[in-house]
Amino acid sequence: MNHEPLVRWDWLFAHLGPIADRVGQHLYLAAIAVGVGFAISFALAAISIRRRKLYPAVTVLATAEYTIPSFALFAALVTITGLSILTAEIPLVLYTIILFVPNIVAGFDSVPWDVLDAADGMGFTRGQRWWRVELPLAVPLVVAGLRLASVSTIGLVTVSAILGQGFGGLGYYILDGYQRHFTTEILVGGLLSIALAVVADMAFVLLQRLLTPWAARRAEVR
Amino acid sequence: MTVRETGHARAASLEFHGVTKRYGRGESAHGAVNDLSFAVPAGAICVLVGPSGCGKTTSLKMVNRLIEPTEGQILLDGVNVMTENVTALRRRIGYVIQQVGLLPHLTVGRNVAIVPSLMGWSKQRQSARTDELLSLVGLDPERYRGRYPVQLSGGERQRVGVARALAADPPLMLMDEPFAAVDPIVRERLQDEFLRLQHELAKTILFVTHDIDEAIKMGDLIAVMEAGGRLAQFGSPDSVLAHPASDFVAQFVGEDRGLKRLSLVTIADLSLEPSAARPGLPTFGPGTKLRDALSVLLAADTSGGVALDDAGKPRGFVTVDAIASALAEGRGTVANP
Amino acid sequence: MDLIAATAQWLADPLNWQGPNGIPSRLMEHVALSGVSLLVAALIALPLGLWIGHTGRFSWWIVSTANAWRALPSFAVIGLLVPFTTVIDPDLGFTLYPTLVAMIVLAGPPILVNAYQGIAGVDGELVEAARAMGMKESQILFGVEIPIALPVLATGLRLAAVQVIATATLGATFGFGGLGRFIILGDANRDNGELFGGVVLVAMLALATLGAFLLLERRLVSTGLTRRAAG
Repeated sequence: MNHEPLVRWDWLFAHLGPIADRVGQHLYLAAIAVGVGFAISFALAAISIRRRKLYPAVTVLATAEYTIPSFALFAALVTITGLSILTAEIPLVLYTIILFVPNIVAGFDSVPWDVLDAADGMGFTRGQRWWRVELPLAVPLVVAGLRLASVSTIGLVTVSAILGQGFGGLGYYILDGYQRHFTTEILVGGLLSIALAVVADMAFVLLQRLLTPWAARRAEVR
Repeated sequence: MTVRETGHARAASLEFHGVTKRYGRGESAHGAVNDLSFAVPAGAICVLVGPSGCGKTTSLKMVNRLIEPTEGQILLDGVNVMTENVTALRRRIGYVIQQVGLLPHLTVGRNVAIVPSLMGWSKQRQSARTDELLSLVGLDPERYRGRYPVQLSGGERQRVGVARALAADPPLMLMDEPFAAVDPIVRERLQDEFLRLQHELAKTILFVTHDIDEAIKMGDLIAVMEAGGRLAQFGSPDSVLAHPASDFVAQFVGEDRGLKRLSLVTIADLSLEPSAARPGLPTFGPGTKLRDALSVLLAADTSGGVALDDAGKPRGFVTVDAIASALAEGRGTVANP
Repeated sequence: MDLIAATAQWLADPLNWQGPNGIPSRLMEHVALSGVSLLVAALIALPLGLWIGHTGRFSWWIVSTANAWRALPSFAVIGLLVPFTTVIDPDLGFTLYPTLVAMIVLAGPPILVNAYQGIAGVDGELVEAARAMGMKESQILFGVEIPIALPVLATGLRLAAVQVIATATLGATFGFGGLGRFIILGDANRDNGELFGGVVLVAMLALATLGAFLLLERRLVSTGLTRRAAG
């Protein structure tokens, strides 16, 4: 790397098109994972809330999964699903579930029982109570989970670069730059993926405030 | 510091001289406590009482310097507390609060021994003292020493709190609504036990409450405070009830202040015409409060009852009129020692 | 089934347990890197977290910054460090340092945020009661706040440890050894035994660490904090 300048601007300007494509791929991979993960997690959380005994099992599974590096899951899945989009999405979705489920369950747990009592006393039906009382009050923690999961997924998408050219979003540039000893590529991939994560984080903070003007600032579960 | 010997226990006198606490500066400054002056002799219980926000807790916390006064002096046995080393001062002052403040990670025994251990007592002396204090507050040391605070009831916790405050035999105790968090029955028992304890220990005590009935029951002296941190009246419970210094005090002590005064006087305090036994009439022991006696007489719809002496022999005839005249003469003596 | 058999066979092969590329030396690399980065992170983050928890000073800024740190993708952080660490040392800067520094960056925030939240969460009345008994500030911190906050403090360290062990496998992509190397090689050589063997080893190490931390926590935390109220 010693002969090269830190940044070769000519390379950067010549590759604006492909870089934009990589940003698009990055967001696409992350969005699918967050969307699918959220749907699965909501179902899992709903079941855990109804059947409390299942919740410890869910958390133990989640913790166990936490100990398996994303990197290993990507590599391991190649042997099963080959090099398809599923190879990237299955681990990404699994990791969002770890972050979503505790936050969604905590969100619904955080609804005070006296509020539920009052709603019942005023004659809300079960469905009305869920839709007009429980859901709005659970939103702060649910959105907090959404924020954690989005940021984490944007980070993990970079790791899928180890699967090859067709994956990784901006992570492709980090790996390719490292292997070719080409710092410009590393900086483009690294800085842009950090920027994506930070922007997503800020966007969700904003969304949180807009959706729940009554909620305290720090509301999240890790 | 000079310390007065009262029997085996030590007590200190406490004086407030023009004590003021202001928060903020300039235009926005507001007073939490305003020019507070009063004196508590060694061995007395002084109760600070008033509505919430009257500065009573602030006044209490200025004694052990959890809050520092803006102006004025607080003297403990004649020595300005601001001139003393703050940790040494605090270790000499017992502190009991409503939430008790027991450290949850330490056993009851180690909680009680905190101040002695801070003062570097030997382990032996600490544990002997701990057992002595637990017995004193009515908790069996064998059973309670090794328990954790979560394993205690509210009343038990409060007893441990009192034992902890007494650990280093402090000449002054500060008590901030110590019995407010327990239910009324337990509260009454804790109050009675504490008064009995104080009868032996004769500590100087500054006691904060918002409950006028508790103030009347516990206090040798009452300082009624009003909004803005001003002292509205200072005196014995009987004098405050008999002669409220202002409309505020009259309203605060309540329309029934006459009845409240009756609870300060017992049958034994009345001088009565001798009387023989009169079957069918209610009888009153010497410790019966006049308020309770009056209530019995009104409920029984009789004009009088029989007062008994310590031996249970008839001592005299008690009438509604006799009770009323006791009030009028202002002969009530403070029920508390 | 082939997969399990291949994995078992690879793990049982004595050849894989020898030499500089064998399981024991890779395991040692992994543990050493994780341990050092956890230690360095703790040395920085614990005192800072305890201090802002006790005094409340700068807490909003520092905790917000730490939470933003958490958004940093480790893969990008390792990569980004390469151009700079190679300036310091062309060899280690290309293999060891990027992963090491990135793991410190990863471990810091959970340790700091939990230390802060644990200490700040101790009941203010309790701290004031301790102060009123004549405890000095240092005695309050070490005798009251830290013992009570210990479960939260320990959770931060445990989260950081497990995260570092799992994430340090990424280092194999950037020239560092460790257990991730088996996964990379297994993937490259289409050797499923080696690949899944690596996965099993990392997961076992992370679970063992998790268990060790939980055991330690149980021994250190006062029973007064864990027991439920008696009737």
